Order: sequence, then structure tokens, then C-alpha cells
Amino acid sequence: MSKAIVEIKQVSKTYTRGKQKVEVLTALDLEVAKGDFLALMGPSGSGKTTLLNLIGGLDQPTAGQVLVDGQRIDNLGSSALAAWRARHVGFVFQFYNLMPMLTAQKNVELPLLLTNLSGAERAQRARIALTVVGLADRASHKPNELSGGQAQRVAIARALVADPTLLVCDEPTGDLDRRTADEILGLLQTLNREHGKTIIMVTHDPKAAEYATHQVHMDKGAVAIGEVP
Amino acid sequence: MKQIFAIIWMNLRAVPQRAGSSLVIVIGIAGVVAVLVALLAMAQGFGATLKATGKADRVMFLSAGVTAELSSVLVPDIVPVLRELPGIVRDADGRPLASAEVVVITELRRGNGAQRADVNVSLRGVEPAGLKLRPEVRLVEGRWFTPGLREITVGQSAARQFEGVKLGATLKFRGSEWTVVGTFVSDGDAHESELWTDADTARSAFGRGSSASSLVAQMASATAIDTIKAAVKADPRLQVDAMPELEYFASQSKQFTEQIGLLTGVVAAIMAIGALFGALNSMYSAVSTRQVEIATLRAIGFGGLPVVLSVLAEAMLLALAGGVLGGLIAYVLFNNMSVSTLGSNFTQVAFNFAVTPALMEKGLSWALAIGLLGGLPPALKAARQPVVEALRAK
Amino acid sequence: MKYFPLLWATLWRKKARTILTLLSLVTAFLLLGLLQAANSLFSGDSQRLSANLLITQARVSFTSPLPMRHLSQIEAIPGIEQISWSQFFGGIYKDEKNFFPQFAVDPDRWLKTFTECRMPAGQATAWKSSRTAVIAGRGLADRFGWKVGDPIPLKSQIWPLKDGTRAWNFELAGIFEDVTEGSCPRMGNMYLRYDYFDEARQYGQGTAGIFVVRIKDPNQSEAISRSIDVLFENSPDETKTQTEKEFQLNFVRQIGNLSLILNAILGAVFFTILMLTGNTMSQAVRERIPELAVLKTLGFSNHMLLLLVIAESMLISVLGGLLGMGLAALVMEGLAHAPTQFPPITASVQVWQIAFASMFGVGFLVGLPPALRAMRLSIVDGLSGR
Repeated sequence: MSKAIVEIKQVSKTYTRGKQKVEVLTALDLEVAKGDFLALMGPSGSGKTTLLNLIGGLDQPTAGQVLVDGQRIDNLGSSALAAWRARHVGFVFQFYNLMPMLTAQKNVELPLLLTNLSGAERAQRARIALTVVGLADRASHKPNELSGGQAQRVAIARALVADPTLLVCDEPTGDLDRRTADEILGLLQTLNREHGKTIIMVTHDPKAAEYATHQVHMDKGAVAIGEVP
Repeated sequence: MKQIFAIIWMNLRAVPQRAGSSLVIVIGIAGVVAVLVALLAMAQGFGATLKATGKADRVMFLSAGVTAELSSVLVPDIVPVLRELPGIVRDADGRPLASAEVVVITELRRGNGAQRADVNVSLRGVEPAGLKLRPEVRLVEGRWFTPGLREITVGQSAARQFEGVKLGATLKFRGSEWTVVGTFVSDGDAHESELWTDADTARSAFGRGSSASSLVAQMASATAIDTIKAAVKADPRLQVDAMPELEYFASQSKQFTEQIGLLTGVVAAIMAIGALFGALNSMYSAVSTRQVEIATLRAIGFGGLPVVLSVLAEAMLLALAGGVLGGLIAYVLFNNMSVSTLGSNFTQVAFNFAVTPALMEKGLSWALAIGLLGGLPPALKAARQPVVEALRAK
Repeated sequence: MKYFPLLWATLWRKKARTILTLLSLVTAFLLLGLLQAANSLFSGDSQRLSANLLITQARVSFTSPLPMRHLSQIEAIPGIEQISWSQFFGGIYKDEKNFFPQFAVDPDRWLKTFTECRMPAGQATAWKSSRTAVIAGRGLADRFGWKVGDPIPLKSQIWPLKDGTRAWNFELAGIFEDVTEGSCPRMGNMYLRYDYFDEARQYGQGTAGIFVVRIKDPNQSEAISRSIDVLFENSPDETKTQTEKEFQLNFVRQIGNLSLILNAILGAVFFTILMLTGNTMSQAVRERIPELAVLKTLGFSNHMLLLLVIAESMLISVLGGLLGMGLAALVMEGLAHAPTQFPPITASVQVWQIAFASMFGVGFLVGLPPALRAMRLSIVDGLSGR
């Protein structure tokens, strides 16, 4: 078994909503190996998105440790965490979350603004990323001129462009029809197989999960069934 | 009709939820109205002061063709002729009730700091008849000047606006000292901004020989002006213009009122345009937050008109609130504020800002106009938006 | 700078709103430009007057003429380079609305005193050789379309001719201009010959009006002013001497507390604009919360978002400000050529400084609250649209 790139150790997460305290994750342990394509499954409220947010450095655990590529990220400050995200994680969301006023090209370039690359290099890299997702010919279109599948490809290109350690996807096909969903999942699979990208994907669709190399089923804040090949 | 009111009422009750952008309309329009009313109140006050000066049954003579007393010179030969013209009233002793006056410009200090300036103030030499024929002029403090002595009695506004003219103070003009011996009022008219002394004393002190700047006389009645004008025309020696005193002073406010009117127009119009954009912005966003609500109403069968009217009612009501607020601000800050400015006679005229009901009305009509213009396009947009699409928006 | 395309695109996210906001900023700065320029008349910033000129007027008022005998006494004071005199003529050209100042002067002395203005030698000679000849500034000549040789009838409000009539007839002999760009502040004036004027007027012969004194060293202006005034102290013709700049300033200040009123208007305008753009900016940020959260997930730090939102607000403010000031400059240019009685106003460096300070100030104040909101935004809440 190859080296674990994500290690979750005894992680708990509690939210306070009004007067109520809700424990979303309870003393959870999980490891993801480098080069895995992991599907996180489970019913609504099982804590899968919360877990994904912790891995992606969007949120911090109430207790326990989160390590990515050997580095603890649960104790980083918000600026350090922002810088860490810029270098190590690419996000793909259910509703694409592209900037509506920017073209596909500029959307993909966005994360590169945080690097020291020159304008020409940024444009070059964004073009390559768009080519990888098969949308080089849509570079100058704005999100509202793209279909759902195309928009999600742009979002994937944006997630890839800074060459992150991890690709984190939250219901990437939740808003797409079956055929388009299969195309997107096929793209993710290619990225995993041919480019060696580690991907963690939250989904409630068993068909989508079939594209992954591993599956983890969660229920009530804990791993119910893990490591189904 | 019922549905119109129902929708308007429903909408207005929701206005407090949009407090931020509603406030923008109110404050924007309040600003425009406050500035508009304040500037108009200035012109109004100035005009009122000058128009209150003089009487219709007194005649004023100036050299032919001049527009202000300052540039008028009545040569010594014609002054006695003017006094004796028909239509001029005589006093108990049989002397004409007429005062040949000399106006000299002097400089006094006004203001402090960056506003400090040496300003032109009229020193008016008045004959004894001049006090008699102006019953509105009353002494409020001290006494009148003594002919032959370098004494002056000052108008109340002058005493308030300018430095060094309090009772008992001495002023230095042309190398000699003058004492302030009294203060007079004159129904708040333009003479209250002047310094008065005896005509002959002024003539000798300022080297005016025996010429005069103007001659003021009491007429038997206001209609006597025609007789006097005819008599002046008939005598080729009299290169003078005769006019009712009231008319002369009213004409003095024309230029200032026009200039302030122009300034007010430009400034208020630019501000109004700015406020209009603000109102449009706020109303468009109000309409867009109500998008689903409006579409729902349309879907269940309400017509377009109630929607348009409900948006307009909101805009107009907010504009009205802004107008009232602006008018009040102008009233509280500026009404009765005393200032002085350079009048047409090239000397200072003190006056009070006058915020009148008519000006308030004008301010409110501007406010409502901005409300109407700012509310109409968003209202039409709201009524025209396709119901199905709007419903689908979250 | 690399963030500029992002800012620019964000700004135009809702075109109508941005344009309306921009337009209200434009109107605010248009007013600021115009009113501050008018205001600077009162503080003297827009006056390009030579520091070498002193004006000696009668102590009692500048409308009282001084006797000509003062001339030789003043001339004897050391440090004085040249002295000339000037009597206000007060003529009306065709209509009262056409007001412009005219002065009766001695041509030789005028040419030597007002060295910041120049005229072709031929025209100066023509002025000196015809008694009814007058000269006018380029600005004035352009205003009425005058050419050399044109007749200029004036009706004097102050000075009747010997026969008591007021219609004076002159003809234009020369047009004077700047020596260097903007050097001649007298371009709106007309000068007629004192010798002819003094002979033809009905009364007042031998009086000089005011004296214009050119001194060698501007640092000496106070000392020389004092020496002049001491000469005539306690005489019936006491004098008051000050620099031309002070003289002009005092003249405008006579109009009254206008600068106070102008500043009050500006205060009202800016308060309004602040409210207006503030409301728009917070609306714009509120709408964009999910987008801002996405930027955060991409690794944009909290401070970066703070800066981006403030920069956006500054951008719109500066853009509106520049457009408004540009428009104000155009309006002033137009006013300078329009037949009004208002003195020409221009936006001085100081007015631009005030304008720039206001642009950044408004941008910052308006951007700060929504920027703080963007900075404090929690990603998880933002993404779920809460």
C-alpha cells in the first residue's frame, strides 16, 4: 500500500446552530493513499461534506488532527490556511461556482493570480488546463454561455491549474444529467489514472461512486463501511 | 380600485425591511431640497429687504441714465429746481419735503479668519427733511447726529455686521474722526445697512462741493409721479431720471436675484440629477427584491397597473419624506440667518435668509418630481417582467 | 495590477447599477469641481497675479479717487520700479449683461507696468497716436469677436461727457496677450487713454483713481506699502496700499460668506453620495457572498479580499471622480467663453488635490464596511448561501 496523503486522526466536529449543539463528526479516523480516487458516500447529514471541508482546509475540526502530505492543517491560522489551499487543493463544486463576469479562460487563471507567474505564463497554463478538460475552444465564453457539463469542466480546469496535491469534489455531478455526469466522471477518472491526481469526491449517487477506486460510506458522523474496492 | 390599494398598502408595509436603500432616497432628496430652499431663501431675503425699502409715494431723482445712486451726480444748479417741482409736498413752514442726499462709500471690517474683508459701506448724508419724510426710520439707541459735527447714526444691521460701529465708537474717514452717536432701525430695509450723517457735513468732509447723489421727496400721492416726470421732461436743464423710490430699490435686487437664481438652478439641477440616479438605483433594487412577490401577484390575477402604482407610491412617499426633511433642515439652519453682500450700489446690504411657505412648496414639488422620475422606470420594469421567469428565480 | 481585470469585471457585474452609481458620483464631482473652483476665487488660489504689483487706493474706499499729486511723492520711494494710475470707467457695451471692466490709463506707463502682458509694437504705437484708441485683452476681444480697428461704443455709468451725455466712442487699436502661458491675468479688461478721458469727462479732472505700483523685489512689498501709506497719513487723502492679490481677494470677499455656503452645499452633496454609493457597494457585496467564498476556497486570504473590495470601491469612486472633474473642466471652459457676469473660474492644483482626496476618501469609506464583511465571511456559510 502506498503512502497515505490524507490522514484523519480522531477528528470530531461540532456545530452550534442557535442554542443547539450538533455533533457532525465523532472521533473519526480515515486515511487516503496517494493516487486514490475516493468516493465519500452516505445519506444527507451523515457528515460527508463536513469531512470534505476539513480535508480541503475550508473548516477546522473541534478536536483531532488533519494531516495532508504529512503536514498538519487543523492548527493553521486563516491566512496560512488560505495560502495552503492555494498550493495544495483544487475544489470542484456541485453548482460549479464560476465567476459569472469572467470568461472561462479568466476563471481558470484565477488561482494563478496568487502565484508569481507572469501574465503570459498564467494564460499559457490556463490554456493547457482547458485543453486537458477538452474545452480549449470555449476559452472566451462566459459561464452563462456554457452548458452545465461545460461549466463543470471549466471548474475542473480551475481546480487543476495550480497543480494541487488534492482534488476535492463536492457532488460534482449533482446538477447534471446522466450522460453529462458520466462524461465528467470519466474526465475525473482519466485525471486520476493518467495524471496520478488524488481525488476525494462526495456523492450520493452509487453510479458515480463506481468510477472511484475506493468508497467510504458514512453514517451519523462515522465511517460505516470503508474501503470497498 | 380595491386591489390597487391592497397592493400599495402591502408594499408600503414592507418598506422598513428595505431601510438602507429607502433611506438613500430620503436623504438624497433631502439634500437637494435643503440646498435648493436655502439658496432660494437667500435670494428671497435679499429681494425682500430691497423691496421693503422706499415707498411708492416718494420720488427719487438720479442723473439721467445711471442705474445706481453711487454713480449719480446731481449738479448744484438743478437741486433747487427739483425741490420746487409740482407734486412735491411742503411741510408746515412751507418748505418742500425733500432731501438732497450724498452717498459716499467707506470701508469697514467684516468677518474673521479667512472671511475677513474690508467691505464697502454706504455713508449717507441726509438733510433734516430726509428724516422727516421717512417715518419708518426710528432711533433705537443714542441720538441723531448733529449737523455740523462729525457724528454718525448707524443702521442696526450695519452695527451688527461690521466692526467698530457700536455706539460711542470713533471711525476715521479722510484723516478726521467721526463718532457713532446712535443706532436706528428702518423696518429692516436696506437703509439699516448704512451709516447716516448730516448732508452738508458729509459734503464738506468728502469734498463734494454742493452736488448731491440723489434727491428724495414726498409726493402728494403715488400718482403725482406722472406730473413730476412730465415736468422733468419739459425742462431741458434737468438731465435726471425721476422714479418712485420703491421702484428704484426693487430694481436693485434684480441682478442679485438673477445671479443667485442661476447659481441655484445649476447647483440644484446637478444635485437633483445625482439624487435621481440614487432613487433609480434604490427603486430598481427594491423591485428586484420584490420580483417573486410581484410575479406571484400577477400569477394569481392582479393587473399591471396596481404593481406600477405600488412602486410609484413607494418612491413618491419616500421622496415626500425627503422633501419635508430637506425643507426642515433648510428652515432650522438658515431661516433668519443674517448675512450681508455686495448690492448693486457697490455697497453692502445686510439681509436675513427667508424660508417662506412658497419656497417650501417649491422644494416639495422638486422632491415629488424626483420621486416620480426615479420611480417610474423601475415601476414599469416591474410590471413588464415575464411572470414565469420571475417565478423561477429563487 | 494583475488583479485589475478581475476588479474591472466585478465592477460591471450589474451594468445598470454600476452606471447609475457612476453617474451619481459624476454629478457629485462635477459640483465639487465647479464649487471648489468658485471657492478658490475667495481664497485667491486661482489668481495668477504678479507679486510685484501693489495697489494704492484711498483709505476711505477704492471708489474715492486719489489726487494726481500723490504720484511724484510715491515715485520717489526707493525700491519702486514703475508707477501708473488707473481710473475705473464703468462703461456698458450694448447691454448690461456684457459687463467687462475698463480703466483709463497712461499708455506709456501701462506698457512699462504690466509687463506680464504684451502687444505687437505697431499696435502699441497706434494706441499712443490716437486719443480715442483703446486696447483689449485677447480673451475680451474673442468674447465679442473684435478685430483691430473695430469701433467700441460704451455708455459710462459713472462718467458723463462734458455735455452731460454718457455715450463714449472708442476704437480698438490693439489686442494684448500672454507673454508666457497664463501670465497675463488682465485678458478680460479694456484700457482707454487717461489723457483723453480726463479732458472729456464732465468732472473729476486731475484725479487718478488708484495707483498701480511695480516694485523691484516682492519681498519688500510690506515695507514699501507702509512707506507709501505713511506719506499721506492724517491727510484728507489717506491711502491704503496692498498687493494686487490682496486687493482682488478683498474685492471678491465683499460678496460675502459665499465660501461658507458653497462648502455647506458640498458637505450635503458628499454626505448624500456617501450614503448612496455605500448602499450600492454593500448591496453588491451581499449579492456576491457565494463568489467571495469561492475566492477564499481558491486560496485568496482574508486580507486579500478586504483589499479587493476596497479597491473595487476606490475604482468606481476614482472613475466617477475623474469623469465628474473632467466634465467640470469642460463646463468651466464653456463658461469662460459665455457672456456671463461671473468671473472666469478654473480648477487650480489645490482643487484637484481636494478632488483626489475626496475620490479616495469616498472610495475607502464606502468600501470599508462591505470589505470587512467580506473579510470576516466564513467559507462554509458563504458557500451554502447563508
